[in-house]
Parts: sequence; structure tokens; C-alpha cells
Amino acid sequence: MTDDMTPTSSTNGNGHGHGSPGNGSAALSPENAQVIELTRKDFVSDQEVRWCPGCGDYSILAQTQKTMPDFGVPKENIVFVSGIGCSGRLPYYMNAYGFHTIHGRAPTLATGLKVARPELMVWVITGDGDALSIGGNHVIHSMRRNVDIKMVMFNNRIYGLTKGQASPTSELGKKTKSSPAGTVDFPVQPLSLALAAEASFVARSVDTHTEHLQATLNRAGFHKGSAFVEVLQNCNIFNDGAFRDFTEREVRDDRTLVLEHGKPMIYGKDRDMGIRLNGLHPEIVELGNGVTEADLLVHDEEAEDPYLAYMLSRMWWPQFPVPVGVLRNVQRPTHDQLVVGQIDDAITKFGDGNLEKLLVSGETWTVD
Amino acid sequence: MTTETAPAKEVDTQELERVTIRFAGDSGDGMQLTGTQFTRTAAVFGNDVSTLPDFPAEIRAPAGSLPGVSGFQLSFSSAEIYTPGDDPDVLVAMNPAALRTNVGDLPAGGALIVNQDAFNPNNLKKAGYQSNPLSDGSLKQYNVFEIPISTLNARALEGLDMTSKQVDLTKNFFALGVMFWLYERSMEPTLRWIDMRFSAKAVVAEGNVRALKAGYAFGETTEMFHTTYRVAPAKLAPGTYRNITGNEATALGFVTASRLAGRELVYGSYPITPASDILHQLATYKNFGVKTFQAEDEIAAIGSAIGASYGGQMGMTASSGPGIALKSEALNLAVMVELPLVVVDVQRAGPSTGMPTKTEQADLLMAMFGRNSDSPVPIVAPATPAECFDYAIEAWRLALKYMTPVIYMSDAFLASGSEPWRIPQVSDLPDISVTNHADSATFQPYARNPETLARPWAPPGTPGLEHRIGGLEKADVTGNVSYDPDNHHRMQVLRHEKVAGIARDIPQLQAHGPERGDLLILGWGSTYGAIRSATERLQAEGWSVAHAHLRHLNPLPANTEEIMRSYRRVLVPEVNLGQLSLLLRARFLIDVVGFNKVRGKPFRIIEIKQAAEELLGKDHRND
Repeated sequence: MTDDMTPTSSTNGNGHGHGSPGNGSAALSPENAQVIELTRKDFVSDQEVRWCPGCGDYSILAQTQKTMPDFGVPKENIVFVSGIGCSGRLPYYMNAYGFHTIHGRAPTLATGLKVARPELMVWVITGDGDALSIGGNHVIHSMRRNVDIKMVMFNNRIYGLTKGQASPTSELGKKTKSSPAGTVDFPVQPLSLALAAEASFVARSVDTHTEHLQATLNRAGFHKGSAFVEVLQNCNIFNDGAFRDFTEREVRDDRTLVLEHGKPMIYGKDRDMGIRLNGLHPEIVELGNGVTEADLLVHDEEAEDPYLAYMLSRMWWPQFPVPVGVLRNVQRPTHDQLVVGQIDDAITKFGDGNLEKLLVSGETWTVD
Repeated sequence: MTTETAPAKEVDTQELERVTIRFAGDSGDGMQLTGTQFTRTAAVFGNDVSTLPDFPAEIRAPAGSLPGVSGFQLSFSSAEIYTPGDDPDVLVAMNPAALRTNVGDLPAGGALIVNQDAFNPNNLKKAGYQSNPLSDGSLKQYNVFEIPISTLNARALEGLDMTSKQVDLTKNFFALGVMFWLYERSMEPTLRWIDMRFSAKAVVAEGNVRALKAGYAFGETTEMFHTTYRVAPAKLAPGTYRNITGNEATALGFVTASRLAGRELVYGSYPITPASDILHQLATYKNFGVKTFQAEDEIAAIGSAIGASYGGQMGMTASSGPGIALKSEALNLAVMVELPLVVVDVQRAGPSTGMPTKTEQADLLMAMFGRNSDSPVPIVAPATPAECFDYAIEAWRLALKYMTPVIYMSDAFLASGSEPWRIPQVSDLPDISVTNHADSATFQPYARNPETLARPWAPPGTPGLEHRIGGLEKADVTGNVSYDPDNHHRMQVLRHEKVAGIARDIPQLQAHGPERGDLLILGWGSTYGAIRSATERLQAEGWSVAHAHLRHLNPLPANTEEIMRSYRRVLVPEVNLGQLSLLLRARFLIDVVGFNKVRGKPFRIIEIKQAAEELLGKDHRND
């Protein structure tokens, strides 16, 4: 029997007690990142990568593998959970624990896993169809609960694995195999949705902006709580060039706004353009002619209210440069902390549960 | 009203073996509570008891209306009983609607206690009565006791700082007091309960105490009753007992399984009648390390459970038919990745939303086959409320040992019905613990235990065992993604054989009655009591009849066919249109005869007895 068992650990010698090296936030702090010496190679699995040649997913995989050693978490304590779609294959290519689940439901499995094993670092890999269509409900609820998962959503604005149907992020009127006359569905803005769902970390990057992508994934990994990262990802087979207008090297600087906490919103190859607030609306201004940096909006990813982040989430090319980077980064208790806290409180208050006593509780009588 | 001033009266006492009472009233009248209090009192006294709550899905249907009637039937006895009784001996009807919907079940000569005050023109009209049944002679075949319960109760509570509505809400305890007097029951257990329940509301406690005592005193003093009835304690097996509902036993069983396996229970669930009470109860066991998770939907509930099991803990979920339907895809993922998981289906009447508070056992084929492809899942089904405890442990034993999802089938009747439960010694319970795989040198995600065919359990956190699983077909042994045709065939067969092999690890089917004979009545789930009672009556009348009851539906016990072939005919009563019959016919090519009724209610003993007699009689005539 297991009378002496504490409910937060297992007696099975499975080596995953709370004292493991990946435990808690300590291992996740930058100072501890040196404790475990791993390299990108340690995170490359023995499986042959099978995305289409030229797919943006290759870059996301590479940047993910590159940033993994930064966290100081042993690879046995890292889990990649995915849904269905091209993105869903990523866990097979990561040398960590991986679970390729069913369409749209990865956040539910990740939530259960974090409830059961709070010390694990859990990444959810998903796509625009997986996360925003079939799995929309789970994205909302995992974010509002602040489940400590890092959700990376590959947004290519198309269904790739099923060969080219419109997705929830496809632009209105887009002609696809399933919408030969153009879609009639207004698209959803993923970051707006994540903010509305109370995600505590919301960011965007681009598959081809490799350094920025790696840095963004790094930030997400160090965030304690629900992180939502949209990666604009090119599907060169079914939706080639979806983001070309503002992500190509020649135009990138003029058409994206790289967000930096505490810095004025300046962009452009010549750093001469900025974003100013006009009433409740952002507007583009050119620096000079009386307009100075002091007139510009200053990015505050830690603002308690989400208004600025929400405004940024609505900005899109060609009306605006597309914001990339961290829109929001706030702290609140995580779901697993609250769950475990209640367990600990109950044990403090009532003592570790005694099964014999539980079974004979209530009104009993004895027959001799 | 006090007993001291009451005149003494002559009262006879009659010994009875068994009494069945039905309390019926408006859903706001507290009939479930009244029934529960009587049940507890009878159980603590030592009677065998069996109960059948019957309530509408609407929390408060319009007062006085027919759909708003809530009932609670209980049977208590000095001998072992298996059912809450076919027909009540006594019907307590708190209003005309309750009378109208229930009086048809009261046999001629039965006692009918009514709240006279409620029979006003308004209530009569709502119940659809053209004339007052209390005065039009339509109840003359019953032994009617008209008591102005509302008036008497209000008088007893005079002077208390309570609104007239609050006073009226206590009248069920007046009726309970009358019944306690009539059956010579102590008021103590209920007085203690009132004390506890209303500890923060002294005046409400006082109101309920007065109502109960006033009802008791009314029985004692009124000239209406001349007989009280005594039902002696039952001779149950020695031990410590408590009264328990199926859902309570289920929840206790799962906490116990968690302790026996030495792993945390993680219960993901979405509210649904009649399964929610399991969630409510488990949510109070936090100091046992039980983690409950109220998910955003049924799919998230099972998803979280699978995630927890993947993490090496005991992930489980529960629902009723509509929710189980939603879980199918995720359940199939658990079949593919071969992780332990328990899915509880507290069945209710369907299809679709159906009748959420009414019982049925019509999800069996969904449990067997309701997933894409060949997808074998073991199924266990407790037969009585108390057995729900044992089969919660059994479900987990199989899930852990065989690395498989297991479906545990209860139903609305088992869930809310109750009976005395002989509390087991924890030291007598089985060790169901299993070990995780930890050795990286020998690890293959889909290598199998040669005996059980279970694959190794290697939760994240185990160094050197990093691997990937998922819903895509697995290569045998390595677990890599595989589209190889021969591999797929092999894996389908392996999954099938793993579950089929459980037949070697479960008890043989037992026949209660002659080893060979004319008729076997074969059932599963909550029909146990009615079948057992019918069988014993038939046996007492000299028929060659046996009863066997399946607790494992997939796989079936190894000797099922042998037992079935030991009788000339096999009758299969089910609260569905013939689902087990279909399985048995398909599997064994035995021409079983179904007895099928789906009224949202458990079988009556007499129905099964008559169905059996008809079969036996036919055979007799053919001889």
C-alpha cells in the first residue's frame, strides 16, 4: 500500500520527482542556462525530415533546435505536442519527447500533461487550420487558463497537408480549390484572438527572419505561462508568397515594424518612419519636419492592459508596417501552479489523504 | 403540537419482511432529500435497502405541473434485496400532479398518503384533473390518508422568523416524520443531519426539526393510523457498512485505484448529467493528490486525460452518451498510442439529448464499435451501486497492465441508486501498480510484453528514452511512422489480440442456479437486481432457470459460450433494443432471445419473470 505516498510524487521510481534538473523556474532562468551543455545537434532526431523542399517549416525547425539549448532544460524534460497538418510533423524531428496528436486538440493534451507533470517544458506546435479552425476553442481556453505551454502557430494562410483549401486566416476572396469563386469568410487575426483569450505572452515572427525567429522562440521559452507565437510561414506549394510583399529582404525593413520593449516605434531602412497615436488610431509619420521620436508611440509589452498590444495586432500591410516581435508579455499565476497550490493547501489543511478513513467516512454501521 | 398532551391511543404493530415507499412531489418539494433521509435511517438501522430516484431534467419545472414531478422510491427489507421494488406499498403524494403521475403504479389496497392542502382547484387543473380525486371516488381501491400537511406544518412552525415560503419548504420533513412514526424509525439520524446541514442557519434548522417532530407526533396522536410497521434488520454478511450510490462508489473506487497503483489521478471532465457528481466528489479529494480539471468541452476533457497518462499519471474522463460520442476520436488516439486511460460512460436515455435524467443501457455498441477502423477497447460494467467501487479498480487494473484505454459503463440507475456497501479492508484490495520503463539500452517504444502484449510506459522525464508517439500507424517494435502494408496488418492484429487476451485474466462467468437447465437469463449492468430477483422467484416455483451476469463486455469471459450452451434457451434482458443480443448472436451463433424495453426506467422484476415464463411455457408446450 501507499500510505506514505505524497500525492505530488510517484512511488514508482520513474525518476520524475520534483527534484529533477528541469524542475520549476530555476532551470528556466538565464543564469542557469549553462548548467546543461547541449547543442543544436542534441535536438536533431534520427528521423528524415519530410516537408516539401523550400517549405518555411525547415527554418522554424532549425530555429527551434537552435534555441533549445538556451533553456538549460535536459532534453528528457522537454515535450513537443502537435496537432494535425504539416506543422504536426515537427515533433518527429526533435530529439526530445514528442506526441503527434489529433486535429486541433494538442492544447488539451498539453494541458493535461502540465497538470500531471508541472516540471516539464511543453511546446505545442500547430498551424492556422489546426489552432484557429478545428482547435479554436482549445486555444482560447488554454490561453485564458495561462497553462504554461509555448504554442507556436505556423501561419501559411492555407491548408497544405490536404492540398490547398482556404484556412481561417486566408484573405477574403481568396481563390483556392475549395473556394474557386473566392472565399466568403472574413479571416481571423490570430494575435487579436490570442490577446482576447488573455494569453500572457503574444508574439509574431517570420520563417525567413531567422535571427528574429530564434530570438522570439527564445523569449517564448523563457516566459512562464501561456505563450502564443505566430510564425508567418511560406507554403511554397499551395500559397507561395503569401507574405512576400513585406517579408522579402529588399522591402522587409520598410514594411515591418520590429517591436522593442521601451523603445519608440521606428522602422524603415533609414529609420525615418514611425508610428504615432492619433486619437485612438495609429498613424504613420515621417520623422523630421517637426516630428521627433518623442512624438512616437513607445512600445510597452508589459502594459497591464492589452490595448496597445491589441492595436498592434490589427496593423497589417499595406495600411501599416506589420509588427513583429513581442506584443505582450505579462505575468500571472500559471494554471499548474494554481492546481498544485490547491493540492498543497488541501494537504496542509486536512493532512495527506488516508484511504481507510475515507472509505469508512459518512454514516456507517456494523453487522456482526 | 407536543406528545405530552396527546391522548394515548391503541396501536398495533405488524412485522413485515419488506416495504417499498415512493415519495412523489414537485421538483421543489425536496422529495430526493426526503427519500435519502429515509434510506439512510433504514440503512443505519440495519435493513438492506435499494433506491431509485426519478427526477426531471429541469431544475425547477413549473410548480405543480406534471413534468415537474420528482420521485424517490426505496425498498427496505429484513432479507437481502436486489431492487428498489416493482410497485410501492406506500405512495406519498405531495400534490395532484404527483398523484396523477404515480398512482398508476400503486397496487389496489396500497397506502396512499396525500397532502390534502395541495388539492386546490389551481393544482388540480395543472395536473389535468376534471374533479378532485380525493372526493370523486376514483381512489376507492386504495387506503387513502388525507393529511393537511401544509396547514399542520405551518402551525408547528408558528412564531419562527421564517417567510411563509421558507415554512412551506419544510413540509417534506413533516411527511418524513409521519413515515418515521409509521415504520418505527428513529428521528436521530435526520436530526443530526439537520444540525450539520443548517449549522449556520439556526432558524432554518429549528424549522426543519419542528416539521419533522410535528409529523412524527401527528402519526402518534391522530386517529387516522392504527398500525405501525416493523421491518427487522437484515442478516447481511458481517462487516462495516455504509449506504452508497453508484456515482459515490465510482468516485471512491477511482481514488482507491490511484492509491493502489501509486500514481496521481487526473480527472478531466465536462459537466453532464448524470456523470457530474463523480467530478464533484473527486474535486473534494485534493488531499489525496487527485487533480480534477473541468475542461472547456468533452474533447478537451479526454485530451487532458490522455496528456496526463502520457505524463505517467492516471488520466481519466467521464461523461454520458452525448459526451462519449464527442470523445471517440481522442479515444482512438489512446488506442493507437496504447496509453492507459479510463473512460466512464454513465449512460442515459437517448439518442441525442434524449432524457438526460433517465436510465438506459444503449451505449454498448458505441463502446464496442463507435470509432473509426478496428479499434478494440476493453469494457467493464458494474452490476450494482456497490460494485461500482470494485469495477473502478478493475478498469484501472486492466488499463495499467495492458496499456490500453478501458471503458467503464455505468448508467443513470446505478449512478443515483443506492444500496448498503460492505466497506472493504484496504489490505484486501489488489496491488495494481506497474513500473515505468527506465532502461535506455533495452527501450523500444512498441516492443511488447510477451504475456500481455503491453508496450512499455516511458513518460517524459526519463533520460535516454526520448521518443515520439502519435496517431499515425506505428512500425512494430520501433514505433516509427510506418505505411508498410504488412506492418499495418500485423499491428491491427496485435491490438486485437492484446484486448482479446484479457479474457485469460478475468473471472469466469458464474451461473446462479442449476449448472444445466431450461433457461439462462443473461444480463449486464444495472439489470442485475431485477434479473436476480426474477430468477429466484422462478426457481422457487420450480423452474429450471439460472442467472448469469456479465461484468466484462469486452472481452467476454472465456467460458461465456460454454455457459450459454448449458441451457436450452438464453434470454437476454436489456434496457436497449438488443445490443448484447446482437453481440452474442454474432459471436457464438446462439439464437438468444432478447427482452427489450426502453422506458427510461429500470426493469421491473415481474416483467422479466413474465418474459421468462413465456419462453419456458412455449418450450413446455412444444415438448
